[in-house]
Amino acid sequence: MAKQEGEVILLDFWASMFGMRARIALAEKGIHYEYREEDLKNKSQLLLESNPVHKKIPVLIHNGKPVSESSIIVQYIDEVWKDKAPFFSSDPYARAQARFWADFIDKKLYMTGRLLYSTKGEEHEAARKEFMSCLQLLEGELGDKPYFGGESFGYVDISLIPFYTWFQAYETYGNLAIKHECPKLIAWAKRCIQNKESVSKTLPELEQVFGFVQQMRKKIGIEE
Amino acid sequence: MTNKSEIKLLGTAISPFVNRVQFVLNLKSIEYEFFEENLACKSELLLTSNPIYKKVPVLLHAKKSPICESLVIIEFLDEIRPDVHQVLSSNPVERADNRFWANYIDNKFFPLYGELSLTLGKDGKEAIKERIVEGSMLLEGAFVKLSNGKAYFGGDDLGYLDVVLGCFLAWTKFVEKNNKFKIFDEGRTPRLMEWAKRILSHKAVKDVIPGNEAIVNFYIVLQKYRQAMAT
Repeated sequence: MAKQEGEVILLDFWASMFGMRARIALAEKGIHYEYREEDLKNKSQLLLESNPVHKKIPVLIHNGKPVSESSIIVQYIDEVWKDKAPFFSSDPYARAQARFWADFIDKKLYMTGRLLYSTKGEEHEAARKEFMSCLQLLEGELGDKPYFGGESFGYVDISLIPFYTWFQAYETYGNLAIKHECPKLIAWAKRCIQNKESVSKTLPELEQVFGFVQQMRKKIGIEE
Repeated sequence: MTNKSEIKLLGTAISPFVNRVQFVLNLKSIEYEFFEENLACKSELLLTSNPIYKKVPVLLHAKKSPICESLVIIEFLDEIRPDVHQVLSSNPVERADNRFWANYIDNKFFPLYGELSLTLGKDGKEAIKERIVEGSMLLEGAFVKLSNGKAYFGGDDLGYLDVVLGCFLAWTKFVEKNNKFKIFDEGRTPRLMEWAKRILSHKAVKDVIPGNEAIVNFYIVLQKYRQAMAT
């Protein structure tokens, strides 16, 4: 039975791991929405008005009301459409741990990952070590569970799986062997893609993202 | 029913992130044991409870996993004691707005205080002061919108953003004095000025928020530490 969803618009950019979180969350809940691709060099008036503080994607606009910041969007989606595919356990401890790990991913993985493809020399070396140590912590946290949420795909899985699309770029430009160092994470990523349509239908190909990062490096003048 | 020894809070009296958790514990009448950490020599308990960041606050409850990060702790407390003084609204739109501003305060606004302190040179400092002032005006706008004409962000009594922003007030005063400028000001941020006076005398806040002397002493130690690290 389709509920009254109202009007749902997502302002996004195809390669953004943060945007992918919102897309996966909407797909998990079966929400029909309008996807609008933003040109980040020429942001739309709607984006600038909907997120005047940060002027960033993703922005979810639900019945005219904007919600910004991917983690906040994912939680909003979970809370509004709460009768299907909950992203969190009902146990407050498990919920707190999930929030902690999603926050860890936000604080550490993105910025360090960026340094992997945009820097050289000492800064690059430091970023390599930091990035691998973050992934190893996540590998440890996942352990032998099928998903970070345990038996069910949940909030932390949604927060992290988009980063998998950037792994080819991270491995190549970070000179890393993620498959060897974090086999459980790789198995988990493949499991998410295989078992969850919300993931397989949302995520771009790793090669596509790699091509995008290659272009970015040329623009910022990092030699190949 | 929680009894005093069941909830332990590892923290320092001077940390605004610890203070905001204490405000919420007070608002919800949750008894707890406070363990004052020496940040220059962190306890084994802290290092094992928060191995990733090694920071305060950390909430320990019975034999469960420690809970780290102040905003995570606050939402946890709201969930284990929902019947007493709900801090975060149950309305998804309001929750999203509140979380947005908490994210802004923690990741954009408050870090400017530290940046100001670490920046040498007049021009650099002036540029950061301008950014802080712009931020204060954004927060004034948020207050006007979210308070809906009432005394606090949370309405008639303290809510999520009151504790999230209120914990920085003592440090705000210190930074204002130290740098000779006004962050909150009658002309620019009149509602926040009134709010600041009000919240500082609130019973859940007034005995927690550190006095100026404690902050000055801490800052002196911090500067010495920075100088030692630099040499």
